[in-house]
Amino acid sequence: MAKRRAPLDIKVLPGFASMAVICLLVLYVPILVLMLFSFNSGNIVTHWEGISLHWYGVALQNDEFFSAAENTMIIAVSATVIATSVATLAALGMTRVKPWKGLTAAFMVLNLPLMVPEIVTAVATLSFFALIAGKLGLNFGIGNLIIAHTVFCIPFAYMPIKARLEDMDTTLDHAAADLYAPPWKTFRRITLPLLAPGIMSGAALSFIVSFDDFTITQLVAGPGQTTLPLYIWNQIRRPMTPEINAISTILLMVSIVLVAVSFLVTLKKRR
Amino acid sequence: MQAAKLGAETSPREREGAAQEAAPVISIREVSKVFGQGVAAFTALDRVQIDIGQNEFFTLLGPSGCGKTTLLRLIAGFDYPTMGEIRLFGQDIARQPPFKRPINTVFQNYALFPHMTVGQNVGFGLEMLGRPKAEIAGRVDEMLRLVRMEALKDRRTSEISGGQQQRVALARALAPQPKVLLLDEPLSALDYKLRKEMQIELKRLQHETGITFIFVTHDQEEALTMSDRIAVMSGGRVLQIGSAHDIYERPTERFVANFIGETNFLEGQVQGGGSVALDAGSVVPALPPEGFAPSGRVTVVIRPEHARLVPSGTAGSLAGTVSNAVYFGTDTHYHVTLGDGSEFMVRQQNSRASASHEIGAPVGVAIDEGAARMLRD
Repeated sequence: MAKRRAPLDIKVLPGFASMAVICLLVLYVPILVLMLFSFNSGNIVTHWEGISLHWYGVALQNDEFFSAAENTMIIAVSATVIATSVATLAALGMTRVKPWKGLTAAFMVLNLPLMVPEIVTAVATLSFFALIAGKLGLNFGIGNLIIAHTVFCIPFAYMPIKARLEDMDTTLDHAAADLYAPPWKTFRRITLPLLAPGIMSGAALSFIVSFDDFTITQLVAGPGQTTLPLYIWNQIRRPMTPEINAISTILLMVSIVLVAVSFLVTLKKRR
Repeated sequence: MQAAKLGAETSPREREGAAQEAAPVISIREVSKVFGQGVAAFTALDRVQIDIGQNEFFTLLGPSGCGKTTLLRLIAGFDYPTMGEIRLFGQDIARQPPFKRPINTVFQNYALFPHMTVGQNVGFGLEMLGRPKAEIAGRVDEMLRLVRMEALKDRRTSEISGGQQQRVALARALAPQPKVLLLDEPLSALDYKLRKEMQIELKRLQHETGITFIFVTHDQEEALTMSDRIAVMSGGRVLQIGSAHDIYERPTERFVANFIGETNFLEGQVQGGGSVALDAGSVVPALPPEGFAPSGRVTVVIRPEHARLVPSGTAGSLAGTVSNAVYFGTDTHYHVTLGDGSEFMVRQQNSRASASHEIGAPVGVAIDEGAARMLRD
């Protein structure tokens, strides 16, 4: 009898190691260089002079940076909270009910923003706000940005929540109802705790997406509504200093911490 | 002789009837369940009628798709019947949501809450009923002791074995002291040895708690060994309800006889005086099912252990030839081809006295007195 072939070990393929190294370099070298130069003591981004935390000090004393950071946090937190709540309800309404007419259509509509080029969404959003400002005289100030961010965050929040709900065993709901739990108690005691990791991932994703959005924010933002990505964009149009690198590194750290936290939470819940 | 037999047979049925009339805990009245509409409509349950008494171990037995699980879901309240009533102590609960019914379920996959400990799982029902904390704690300990799981109270449900999860599921369902406990094939996920253990355990629990158990299974052996009464279901209908002995010895329909144990079917013509002239020769006395007046052609059922091989030509025996013999240690199964070409199986206990029969040898098949029963179809 022929010997059964062992499953293919990808590491023995010729060129695997070199391809992997190239890919990793392309992905991470620019970021590492950016982080490295944030510690440059000189004031030219591309010329290394010595190690220092000088530019972090400059960044942290910069009022414009703080005002941009404040705006970003207000928008990202509000958009995340609203988008995650809406996405949770939408996911529940699309998995925990009798299949209804238009279910597939609703799913498509909800996820379409992921497929539409962002610049199109940005122009459309801008026109929309211009229209309601012109016709109805409505302008919500920073609220405009929160609305815009909420809209594009919903599909990002929706995906992990729905995936988690579909994984969940619906007989658990039956078991709770069987043990005298009325529907809202079943939701609070069984569905919601089990859904929490999905909601956390959804929230983390939408926070990051909102946090670093540039295209839509650039078009919708009014005067005084500068966010961090817009601030960085404005800075690099002037002669660049390593302050930008320091700011970017700080942003990167925020993202990494968030992703790590959401990953750890998911891991712990699954155990 | 004939009259004496009849008398002996009706008495257990009368006893049963009396028990049901006393206090049916659950009474299923003309319950139908239709899924879908129009041409796609599928009748999962067809005018099902069952009364289940106090402290009874009642089994719904049938192949997959026979409607037994659907019926269980209707009793639990996860689905509502299209027609009919489900009465609990005389009160119709068919349209009540599950959380208002004093009925608990042990699910096939146990459905333990993964984010809670064993103890929290067991206490969940009482907590939802708003019982005081001290009472819940006491009852949880009592229940865990009952299923011999007190040592694992603070474990997560993912950290215990399948058999242990099964016990926790039982304790959780029994803790609120339901009037009826529903068990949806709870043993099917366990291996053979554990299943045997749990069968005994379930009987013990039912005895100790005095709760009415409704058990769903497709395993006929499980049904025969555990149940006080069995309802055999097929195609959404209840074909026969009776004790294990009734169902096995006095099946009323071909499906029931075939589904439970091995059996022989012989065709024949009804004659007066409760006997049938078999196509294979010979006339045998055979009783019809209750309330059934047979005429013309009928099928007669005879269990293989209720027939003996006798020397060819013995008066009153069916003539045939041995076509196959399979040795099973304690007994031997002889397959005999009868005069009309039908196959007949005889199970003969092996003892030093019993003669063995060669394949191809002419033999007679003698049927035990009263062993033949007419079928309804």
